[in-house]
Amino acid sequence: MNRIAVIGAGPAGLAAARSAAAAGADVCVIDAEPAPGGQYLRRDALAGARAHDPATALPPGVEHRPDTVVWAIEPVPGGHRLHLRTGPADDPGRTGATVDTRALVLATGAHDRALPFPGWDLPGVFTAGAAQALAKAQRLAVGERVLLAGTGPFLLPVARSLLDAGARITAVLEAGEPVTGWLRDPAGVLAGSGKLGELAGHLAALARHRVPYRPRTTVVAAHGRDAVEAATTVRLDRDWNPVPGTERRVEADAVCVGFGFTPQTELAVAAGCAMAEGFVRVDAAQATSVPGVFAAGELTGIGGAALSAAEGEVAGAAAARLVGRDPRPPLAALRRVRRGRRFAAALAAAHPVRPGWTTWLAEDTLVCRCEEVGAGELRAAARERAASAARPLKLVTRAGLGPCQGRVCGRNVAELLGDPRLADGFARRPIAAPVRLGELAAGNTADGTNTCAGPR
Amino acid sequence: MSERLTARIDGREVAVTPGETVAAVLLRQGRRSWRTTRGAGRPRGVFCGIGVCFDCLVVVNGVPDVRACRRRVAEGDDIRVQHGAELPR
Amino acid sequence: MPGSPDVVVVGAGVVGAACAEALSAAGRRVVVVDRGAPASGTTGAGEGNVLVSDKEPGPELRLAQVSRELWPDLLAGLREEIGPSAAEAEWDPKGGLVAALGDADAEALAAFAATQRDQGVRAEDITPRRARELEPHLTPRVSGAVLYPDDAQLQPVLAATALLAAVRARGGEVRAHTAALGVRRDRSGAVAALATSAGDIPCGAVVNACGPWSGAFAEAAGVALDIRPRRGVVLVTAPLPPGTVRRKVYDADYVGAVGSDDADLQTSTVVESTAAGTVLIGSSRERVGFDDTMRVHVLRAIARKAAALFPVLERVPVMRAYGGFRPYAPDHLPVIGPDPRLPGLWHATGHEGAGIGLAAGTARLLADLVTGADPVLDPAPFRVDRPALLAEATA
Ligand SMILES: Cc1cc2nc3c(=O)[nH]c(=O)nc-3n(C[C@H](O)[C@H](O)[C@H](O)COP(=O)(O)OP(=O)(O)OC[C@H]3O[C@@H](n4cnc5c(N)ncnc54)[C@H](O)[C@@H]3O)c2cc1C
Ligand SMILES: Cc1cc2nc3c(=O)[nH]c(=O)nc-3n(C[C@H](O)[C@H](O)[C@H](O)COP(=O)(O)OP(=O)(O)OC[C@H]3O[C@@H](n4cnc5c(N)ncnc54)[C@H](O)[C@@H]3O)c2cc1C
Ligand code: FES
Repeated sequence: MNRIAVIGAGPAGLAAARSAAAAGADVCVIDAEPAPGGQYLRRDALAGARAHDPATALPPGVEHRPDTVVWAIEPVPGGHRLHLRTGPADDPGRTGATVDTRALVLATGAHDRALPFPGWDLPGVFTAGAAQALAKAQRLAVGERVLLAGTGPFLLPVARSLLDAGARITAVLEAGEPVTGWLRDPAGVLAGSGKLGELAGHLAALARHRVPYRPRTTVVAAHGRDAVEAATTVRLDRDWNPVPGTERRVEADAVCVGFGFTPQTELAVAAGCAMAEGFVRVDAAQATSVPGVFAAGELTGIGGAALSAAEGEVAGAAAARLVGRDPRPPLAALRRVRRGRRFAAALAAAHPVRPGWTTWLAEDTLVCRCEEVGAGELRAAARERAASAARPLKLVTRAGLGPCQGRVCGRNVAELLGDPRLADGFARRPIAAPVRLGELAAGNTADGTNTCAGPR
Repeated sequence: MSERLTARIDGREVAVTPGETVAAVLLRQGRRSWRTTRGAGRPRGVFCGIGVCFDCLVVVNGVPDVRACRRRVAEGDDIRVQHGAELPR
Repeated sequence: MPGSPDVVVVGAGVVGAACAEALSAAGRRVVVVDRGAPASGTTGAGEGNVLVSDKEPGPELRLAQVSRELWPDLLAGLREEIGPSAAEAEWDPKGGLVAALGDADAEALAAFAATQRDQGVRAEDITPRRARELEPHLTPRVSGAVLYPDDAQLQPVLAATALLAAVRARGGEVRAHTAALGVRRDRSGAVAALATSAGDIPCGAVVNACGPWSGAFAEAAGVALDIRPRRGVVLVTAPLPPGTVRRKVYDADYVGAVGSDDADLQTSTVVESTAAGTVLIGSSRERVGFDDTMRVHVLRAIARKAAALFPVLERVPVMRAYGGFRPYAPDHLPVIGPDPRLPGLWHATGHEGAGIGLAAGTARLLADLVTGADPVLDPAPFRVDRPALLAEATA
């Protein structure tokens, strides 16, 4: 019970584990991926066993449980119980375990947000993160003529990875203001000057490869029979309404889109953590509203890997204190968190998703990809049935009831129907990752034992 | 990149590098879709790439609903495309 | 709505929606208020079984039989009135199959079915072999089975919202996000208005259809009513091919759990496919107040029994678990009718695990009582001043 459990081995989770271990705490890091690193530090998976990698390494004594998904969390006296499955993804033969912990650090990160447009469900349309992950870990370029569209600075590292993987990028389309023009909050941007250097490097790489970077432009349609063959791009006004007459058809075999990120909050929601605007609310020590549960990284706000790591360091120290250790106050990390949050706020202000995107949709454009619910159908059902809360809305429209459980469509449905708060109802997923019925049936019903402690 | 694994995709043998995901193997073969939707039978392949969207489902060793983007290929895996909803074998 | 309504229905779950529909069909001017969105309470948290199979002879079975007859006509009427799209409720008279997995259970099931047949329930004893012809994925361990052709299914949120659409079409109003805070009385002590978070609504009558929160509303209105919550959880699988589970299939042990007072966890297996291809696996019964924490041992218990009934489900993914609070009275019978302690207050609540199925009959009975028509069935067993309820209320 005195063991600290960290869920997620991205920048936030790794930093939390390191700082808790440095304070002498016993730490176990649980992560769904086979190797530590999360999204930002995703490494080449084809290189075989690699030499020491300081960026993703964990200190000796910290247990790392790879290939392990936390599918449920429940309160137990004095703490929380985590329910795990370890083994190949989605395999019915994974092994189960439970971990009881008094101090838990949630560092489950985020996934890309995609906005719907006609043709976005054609094969060959990817999220920017998919292109990034395939390039970094699988040495694979998603296409030969790639169109990259969305908003925010994250498009730049994706472009860089695609170029490194050998793709030709037709253009990078930024729906909002250019990344180079973040001068509305100069102090905020300066707070992230480290990040700025990195981005400048990416921009230089784009220039070297003669990749055009077009602000206030996006993809509003993908065309093709069985896969993407071309896309329509258009200029946008301030509110992201297409400017008539600026449509252009562009040949492309891949379209990658990224409109910011959505935090993976299912475990935090299941634990009962208070939320604010879709993110987990934390105090200065990264403590959530639930005693014994800390949160760090993208699930508390989108601010990049450095901020995630700083938050992780603070959370790890706080968790160590909770289990009776006496860590040194993480003053430097606290300063980095403060600075990072300014940068994050500047970022959010510079790259909002503007309401005009809803005009890109045709009546039959799928909003919920899983259940194949079109925009027209969705609006009509919501109106006809006067559905004004998430649960009835899902049940009358079917949006969010399919395998992804509203992860992709939740925010889009909510904004499309004019009530962004509805998205909270889509984020309730007590089963945080699918398990096979037999895995559930086979599990131990008696109280769990701390099987995380086993020999390494 | 020492040893290679052997797996079968829709009955055909393929050589796979350890660490490769099912999705990467399929994409490398030039396939962009390998699933049809339950409703309109629309083709789907990778979308989110990190296990979030459930678009990339395949049947592995008789078990459907496996996310190709998360599943690493193992020696001898029998991988098949998934048509709509399927029952495990 | 010009002038004040005749009746305000508090609660826009399936029971309140059905009552509002029946009252507006009888010519009453109706307003429905709900502190949340329509169908966001228990009605959005259950399954849609419309069952006669699980009820032992007695007043609840009578109500279930009446309801089962009314539902298809009610839905057909809505289709004509507000159109097929607004009235769609995924009604499916697919029939139920109750399977026993041991010899003792098989005997008990057969005996139970015989008592139901005496009450006019269609219940056919079938051989294990026939059961597996009807449900090819059923376990070979089945030792006896009964087929109930009249068991049916609908989608509760669609049903409730369709009923409310009809109320609106007839000039009634549905005020969502409006909480009922109590009632105002006139000098004679009868109901004169409903007090809400959006002001008073003058009216002649108030119907308490607050589901598991009915006791709290009754108390706010000034009368005691013992309705308690009983937690229930359902598992949802990934979409499966059509025909995997064809009817509503239950483990014969379902019968034992319904009326029980045991506080401990009970599960009774009900497996049914939905129009969307997912299979719903219910459900548990627990008395844990309004605590909605998801408990893994509950999910496990449900999963184990379902896998025993349909082994093919073992390797199928479970995507979701959800749950709600069944409203029940100490004697496990609904409460339907006027409250003699407060003229103008009516109750339609306490339907426990059968409110979806029983809503149509409940609404008809309530409307009959309000309008003074010949009641569709004997209302006496459902009175709010029946001894079993009064004893608890005064205890
Ligand atoms: C696909 C993708 C690519 C990105 N690439 C970049 C980039 O190149 N540059 C950049 O600046 N930013 C990038 N980002 C943004 C990036 O998310 C952050 O900067 C950084 O990785 C956040 O760190 P984190 O620790 O909060 O979360 P993450 O790095 O996302 O780590 C979260 C970890 O938690 C694990 N996890 C989540 N839920 C569970 C569970 N239930 N059970 C077990 N494990 C779980 C995940 O598998 C993951 O390993 C990317 C984001 C995405 C989605
Ligand atoms: C897991 C589970 C499975 C089930 N399966 C079935 C099944 O298969 N078949 C079946 O027939 N039944 C089933 N049930 C039971 C069924 O769901 C309930 O009996 C039925 O939904 C009760 O409906 P209701 O309208 O009385 O209550 P509710 O749907 O709870 O409606 C009450 C409404 O009152 C509102 N309210 C409460 N207080 C106030 C106030 N002060 N002011 C304003 N509004 C207020 C609430 O917001 C709510 O919307 C199941 C229940 C559960 C939990
Ligand atoms: S591509 Fe989204 S889950 Fe695999």
